[in-house]
Amino acid sequence: MTAEEIKLETRNYSMYYGNFKALENITVQIPAKQVTAIIGPSGCGKSTFLRTFNRMNDLIPGARIDGKVIMEDQDIFAMDVVDLRRRVGMVFQRPNPFPKSIFDNVSYGPRVNGIKDRNTLMEIVERSLRGAALWDEVKDDLNKSGLALSGGQQQRLCIARALAVEPDIILMDEPASALDPIATLRIEELIRVLKENYTIVIVTHNMQQAARVSDYTTFFYTDESRTGQLVEFGETRQIFTNPSDQRTEDYITGRFG
Amino acid sequence: METRKTFDRELQLLQDEMLAMASMVESALIDAVESLKRRDMAWSRRIMAQDHQINKKRFAIEEEVLSLVARRQPMASDLRTIASVLEIAGELERIGDYAKGIAKINLLIGEQPLLKPLIDVPAMAEKARSMLNRAMEAFVQRDTELARSIPQEDDDVDCLYDQVYRELVTYILSNPKNLEQANYLLWAAHNLERAADRVTNICERTIFTVTGELTELDTDESKCNLQ
Repeated sequence: MTAEEIKLETRNYSMYYGNFKALENITVQIPAKQVTAIIGPSGCGKSTFLRTFNRMNDLIPGARIDGKVIMEDQDIFAMDVVDLRRRVGMVFQRPNPFPKSIFDNVSYGPRVNGIKDRNTLMEIVERSLRGAALWDEVKDDLNKSGLALSGGQQQRLCIARALAVEPDIILMDEPASALDPIATLRIEELIRVLKENYTIVIVTHNMQQAARVSDYTTFFYTDESRTGQLVEFGETRQIFTNPSDQRTEDYITGRFG
Repeated sequence: METRKTFDRELQLLQDEMLAMASMVESALIDAVESLKRRDMAWSRRIMAQDHQINKKRFAIEEEVLSLVARRQPMASDLRTIASVLEIAGELERIGDYAKGIAKINLLIGEQPLLKPLIDVPAMAEKARSMLNRAMEAFVQRDTELARSIPQEDDDVDCLYDQVYRELVTYILSNPKNLEQANYLLWAAHNLERAADRVTNICERTIFTVTGELTELDTDESKCNLQ
């Protein structure tokens, strides 16, 4: 990987909740406009690691870090957090639309950023809903409550909401784990399309999903200390057919975890 | 380990089925040559009929492989094992076909006596059988050293084939009436030579299963090679 292809990078990154070390010495480079999956057993720090990139861990009292987290040559801890979060969108496990109309859900971010013109907002809403592959299903009823949509549609609405502020990076924390198989496949198809324009980092418990949607895979592991460590990072194809580390092999073949 | 108990058992059963198939193929190879040597037509017909059982076994293995892939979504070494079993079952089926071909040659030669007592052809069959047997052992034990060493013995089979070839050409030159039977016998030897080649393919699968690398184990510079 050459330098210009790297979007995100951690260097000797450790993360603590008070005295508890949640992540230890993680050095990894996340390539731009690719899908990077983070896999590993429960409690290994996958979500903590993901939340590093938009500094959501800052909200937890006692949280502190060692090492560096770099986004395009900028230390994210030296950046304005509002600007960082505009550039790094996030989609959660359970779809969490606001109890507002579809239009208001998607236009929320741009409004917060100061855009008031109705036509501009309409353009953003349409572009974002198209980007999230939801436009055709909701275009005739943008005033309907976001909560009235199906689970899969709600999740795509949340993706549209993330796209509306034109981020560079989209973090996804088990985005399909609460969805049925068809809605899951739709999200997976969408991830494939989105990576043409965005860098995507996805946490998933579903090995097959990681194997299907990602270009690169990061395997995190923890022992009795419950401190998460990075065991292996590599091309997804290699990780799932011929992993280098025995712990990766044992995890993905269901021998533990 | 408990989490995978059923899956491990299924993988074991799949490999047991493959070993059972290999054992049927080994017998077919030796029996086919023996029936030709003894000119036992009834035995040859039985061997030809039994090829059907080998093919059925291959289908059963293929179905089980598909079922495991669909139900278990295997990864890493499990995936390589399952893919290899499918490939090996295909190779075994072809070796079974070679045995059936040799049995058929016995029928085609008909009532004529053999030009000469068969010595090198049974030696080829025994060599191919032994290579196959150890190739399956290498797979089951995941023994890459053994898997790499077996294809080197393919040269011995090639040399025996060359010997059979030269001998049969001499028979043809001495009396053109020998042409038809010599041709049949040469074809039987050729089948055995091909069977040994397929053992090499099986050894390659053992390397793949263990290391994830697809490599050719062919020895290009055979001492005696008519091909």
